[in-house]
Amino acid sequence: MFNFIDWLASTSGSIALRESLYMYPWIESAHVLFITIFFGTLLFVDLRLTGYGFKNLSISQMNAKILPLTLIGFLFMIITGLLLFYALPVRNYQNLFFRIKLFLMLLAGLNAWYFHRTMNRQSKAWDKNSFIPFRMKVSATISLVLWGLVIISGRMIAYNWFDCDKQPQSELVNFLISCTVDPEIYEYLNGI
Amino acid sequence: MESNQLLEIIYLLEDSYIGEYVRGSLWLFPVIQSFHLIGLGILGGAVVIGDFRLLGILMKTETTSYVIRVTKPWFNFGLSILILTGIPLFLSEAVKCYYSRAFWIKISCLLMGTIFVYFIRNPIVLSREENFFMKILGVLSFSIWVVTAASGRWIGFS
Repeated sequence: MFNFIDWLASTSGSIALRESLYMYPWIESAHVLFITIFFGTLLFVDLRLTGYGFKNLSISQMNAKILPLTLIGFLFMIITGLLLFYALPVRNYQNLFFRIKLFLMLLAGLNAWYFHRTMNRQSKAWDKNSFIPFRMKVSATISLVLWGLVIISGRMIAYNWFDCDKQPQSELVNFLISCTVDPEIYEYLNGI
Repeated sequence: MESNQLLEIIYLLEDSYIGEYVRGSLWLFPVIQSFHLIGLGILGGAVVIGDFRLLGILMKTETTSYVIRVTKPWFNFGLSILILTGIPLFLSEAVKCYYSRAFWIKISCLLMGTIFVYFIRNPIVLSREENFFMKILGVLSFSIWVVTAASGRWIGFS
């Protein structure tokens, strides 16, 4: 895996992005704007599900009207996010917050999959009775909390507190970021 | 002369207790900034859904005034989080902000956007039937908030 990441970092596109003066900030700003569209529209979908907004619309109407925009936000958020990763592959790959973020995104994805699987089966009944099961409200709330945590951990990627090139780190941190440290370097660091 | 007085105030703000406190902490600045981003997400959702409705892109079956009425409390909530978290962020690096062009663009857009939404967009949309003029309101509001958010992000690059 590391060899692949290392190779990715050596490609000309990655070097160009990394060394660009304006391209990186532009992509980063776009990433933030698409996060806003994604998270903000998801908020209203989940508010409808928990019963706090847009009660004039049925759940399936709300989904049909807002989810396409959420998905567009998601798509561009992922594209800009991949470009940001591509600019600094090694640093992100060995960044603790980046790994936490990916893990949280995986959880959010599983939660979304569970939610939509259930909704596709039951939404007609939800619309008819204007009632949704409690565990679905929990799932909608979990989705917001998880994406909020994704935003927080994403913001933290910028900080190098737990980076591989900042030793000594605890063994746990080095394990979590797949960082192998030459024991001689430890001895050297302990000596100073 | 006048700008020197402003700079003096800026230095006082940077030396304020909150400014010192946030600056002295390793974690506080990024943590506050994360919540600033979440506030931005909440405000962004209210802006996108409200303004896209005005533009006729979303929720065409619902009236413009209904969509603005539902999104309004969340706009207020998002903006409150943004201001409450934005103040300590600003105090911790007031002098840097003073010299940052992005900061002044952001503050100007923030003021314009807030005034526009509370005193122009909302009163018109809430009191009138939908008409073509509302598309212009939607474009203006959406553009101002996009520039506010983007220039806000840009403060970090300068």
